[in-house]
This record gives sequence, structure tokens and C-alpha cells, in this order.
Amino acid sequence: MSANISHVLPPGLPAPAQEPVALPYWEGTRAGRLVIQKCRGCGKHQWGPEWVCHRCHSFDLGWAEVAPRGRIYSWQRPHHPVHPALNGHGPYIIVLVELPGADNVRMVGNLIGDPLQEVRIGAEVEAVFEPHDEATPPYTLVQWRVVG
Amino acid sequence: MSERTLRGKVAIAGIGETTYYKHGKSPDAEFKLALQAVLAACRDAGIDPREVDGFASYGNDRSDAPRLAAALGIRELRFSNMHWGGGGGGVAAAVANAGAAVHSSMANCVIAFRSLAQGQFARYGRGAQQAAAAGDDAFLAPYGLMSPAQRFAMKITRFMTEHGIRHEALRAIALTSYHHAQTNPRAVMNGRPLDVEKYEASRWIIEPFHRLFDCCMENDGAGAVLVVPAERAKDLPHKPTYLLGAAQGGHHRSAAPVHNAPDYASAHFPTVARNLWAMSKLGPKDVDVLQAYENFTGGVLLGMVEHGMVSAEEANDFLVPENLRFDTGKLPLNTSGGNLAECYMHGLEMVNEAVRQLRGDACNQVKDPQVAMVIGGPMVTPVSSLILGTEATL
Ligand SMILES: [Zn+2]
Repeated sequence: MSANISHVLPPGLPAPAQEPVALPYWEGTRAGRLVIQKCRGCGKHQWGPEWVCHRCHSFDLGWAEVAPRGRIYSWQRPHHPVHPALNGHGPYIIVLVELPGADNVRMVGNLIGDPLQEVRIGAEVEAVFEPHDEATPPYTLVQWRVVG
Repeated sequence: MSERTLRGKVAIAGIGETTYYKHGKSPDAEFKLALQAVLAACRDAGIDPREVDGFASYGNDRSDAPRLAAALGIRELRFSNMHWGGGGGGVAAAVANAGAAVHSSMANCVIAFRSLAQGQFARYGRGAQQAAAAGDDAFLAPYGLMSPAQRFAMKITRFMTEHGIRHEALRAIALTSYHHAQTNPRAVMNGRPLDVEKYEASRWIIEPFHRLFDCCMENDGAGAVLVVPAERAKDLPHKPTYLLGAAQGGHHRSAAPVHNAPDYASAHFPTVARNLWAMSKLGPKDVDVLQAYENFTGGVLLGMVEHGMVSAEEANDFLVPENLRFDTGKLPLNTSGGNLAECYMHGLEMVNEAVRQLRGDACNQVKDPQVAMVIGGPMVTPVSSLILGTEATL
């Protein structure tokens, strides 16, 4: 496995288990599309993936592509390595991004760019798809970049 | 119809703990530590350990009730209870569950306890090392979000940014715990004082609000309390410590997946605190001494605000060391050193300290306290909290 300079974090972190309940999301990210759960009963989005709609209790949960745009709801800059793959790596930024185009569901990702950059709650961000083609099975993470 | 309540119905008659060790330094196995703490609580209460007929714990304690009952030769096990949820969120709930069992006559004499030997078992502060992350972690671990500190950090960032609360408020919480530990011979950090310079020079664990000293230790040890009916407690050696209020749980969807709780910047106490005050028939102003679980100092702040002990607007002014110390404080906080500096016994050490304060034999004794409060591990879910009082509060 070679280090990929287009990846925010170094290789060796856990890969996501692409479980059946979330498969359309993972398939979407491979195609560069942000696809999340949307209830066919009440028409509302929810995230993360669940077996039932928490609003109307419908099990008829569809999937819909949503705009890959959001704003930073909160953030953190970890310094302490919590995994051997992060030893010696230095600080990185985790953001919680809210998606106004999808009933304000939130997603967690890394913020692309200078790990020491100032981060502002409310800043507009866009999704950047980060493929891990070398993994078995391959997967794509969703990272975020400040717009403008 | 009589009122459905635990207020004044049960009491803590005994408390016990082992020596507290740095993590990995216990010479004894975790189960042996649990046995030592249980026996110490029985000795303190003047009750034959064979008379214990129930055990309640939390945080997936590995020392299970039937094994304890067998090892101790307990005559009859009538109640065994594990509270869901990780960390110390369930510490107050375990005491309350013991109390509920006693009050309902499902059992007569119930131990609430916690035992931890992280040398024998894994530590909390590092992420799991498996190759693929499943469930919620599939959307977190690949981004380097794995530790408890990281799970909670963005709640604290959001809350403190929204309300303009400065890091000095958190620093005061850390300084207070370390200050109290210096006069507590049980404290792991006894003899290791902390001052402003040392705090400010400590390394970042997570920006913007977690320096090293904002984070709890990890320790080995065990603690236990013995809960009996209020009537019985009156005939035992110590002044009874009555349970006045207890609540556990979480507000609407506090456990929503992937950080989607609607009220996100929360320690998850809004409804729990309401229910706690309702049962205790008391309010924030009645609390004489507060033990508030520090997994991270930010959680203490959120827990205090959600119980109405301080408003977010007052936090910068109120959270200074003078207001929190046992002798000068308007609200004495974590008087034994807490999770930061006495021992990270998942808050059980805080229940013991609350009892000591109300008995009047704490090492940093607050003057004549009648009401003590324990806020369990904040920001996990479910959370729990507890109000204890002397006979005068009944
Ligand atoms: Zn629905």
C-alpha cells in the first residue's frame, strides 16, 4: 500500500465496513455522488443510515442524491495520535458538516488544506471525494474543502 | 395513592474503595479489586457481606454479579443489574437502580460498584485497532475520529464558541481537582500539584479546548457503595446518606447516529436534570457540594449548565478556582480531586466523596453540607445524576 498524497490522512487507518444498510451511500461515493437515506413515507432525509425512519416509522427508506455542499457546524483539531497510523503525523482537522439541502443532516469528515488553518463555524464547504482504490474492497471517503 | 418516588426511601450505609493505582500498576486482578471494594463497603456499613443480595453496575463492568455472589458466598442473589452505556454515564444510575431494587423489595441490601484494571484489559484512550470499522464507526474512524475525547470535542467546540466561553473556565475546573487532590491521601495525583503555568504549557490533546490537563486519567482500582432501606440505615454505624433524587436517560435522539443529535452541543442532561430536580424537590441553589464527572473539563461545564448550576452567560465569571474550592467556594466542586486527580474510577469515587462530605469526614470537608450532588459521565448516552442528603433534608 503506497502513501497517496491526495489523501488527507496517512494510510493504515481503519477502512469503513461497507455494510448492507449503507451500501447505496458507498456506491454513490465511488461514483462521486453524495447519496443518503430519504424516507418514502414522509420525504425527509436522515443520516446515518438506519432501518426505520425516526419521524414516521416507515421502513420504506429510499436513497437520494443531495448537493455536496454544506457548512461547518463544529470542528476539532486532534494532536494526540489515537491510532498507530497517526504516530508522528501531526495535527489534522475533523469537521462536522451540516447539509442545508438535505434537512440539515450532518456528516463527519476531514477538512482539506493546511492542518493549522483557522476554522470557522458556519463556513461554506464542498465535498471532495477521496478514492482509496488500493484497498480491498476499494472505497471512497467524503472530505470537505472551504469554498471561496 | 402514595407518591411514586425514591426520595428518602433508601440510603447509602457503606462506602468502600481499593487503593487507587496508575493504569496498569495494580498488583491485583480486576475481579480481586472488585471483591476488595465490596468487602470494604460492607465493613464500613457493619453488614455481613453474605447478607448482600444484589449488585448493580455500569459501563459493561466485567466483574459480573453471579460471579461476585459465588466468590463471596452470598446466600441468595435477588438482583443483578447492568446499566447500558459506556464510561461513567451510568454511575448515578447504578446507585439509583440499587435503590429501586431495595425500595421495591426485590432485594434488601444491594451493592453498586465499578472495577477497572486497565493493565489487565485494554485502555480507553486509544481507538480500536481492527482493520474495518463497522456501524457508526464506519463514518468516523477512517477520518481519525476514534477516542472518547474526539467523540465529545465537537460538542464542546460548538457550545463554547456559541456562548463565547473562554478556556480559562475549563482551566479552573482542572486546577480545582488538582488542588483538592493535594490534601487527599487516596489521590493518585497527590503530590503532583498543577498551576496555571503548567496547565498552559501542557500539550494539546485536541484543539481548541482539550489540553492534557483537561482530560481524565486512566486508573486501576474499584469502588462500591451499599444501599439499604432508609429505616434500616438508621440502625447502622454511620449517619445515613439518603437518596433524594435520581434520574437517567437522554433527551430526544441524543444517541442519533454520526453526530446527528438535534440538540448537539449538549452533555445530554436537559431532561435528566428536570426529572432529577422533580424527584428531589430541590433546585440548583440547594446544592452544598457538587461532584461532577470529568471525562473532559468541557463536559463538566456542559453538565453544570444543563443542571442549572451556572448559566452559559455567567460561566466565564463564575468558573474561577476561588468559587469552586471546598473552603472558599460558592459551589465546592470535586472535593476529593475527581476523575482528574483522585482516581478515574468512572465516577464511583465521586459517590463515595459525596457520602463522606455529608457524613462530615471528608479530607477537604465543606462546612456542614446537607445536600450533595453527583453528575455522572457527561456527553455519553444514557447519562445519569444523583442528589443525596442528610437526615435534615428529608
Ligand atoms: Zn419518514
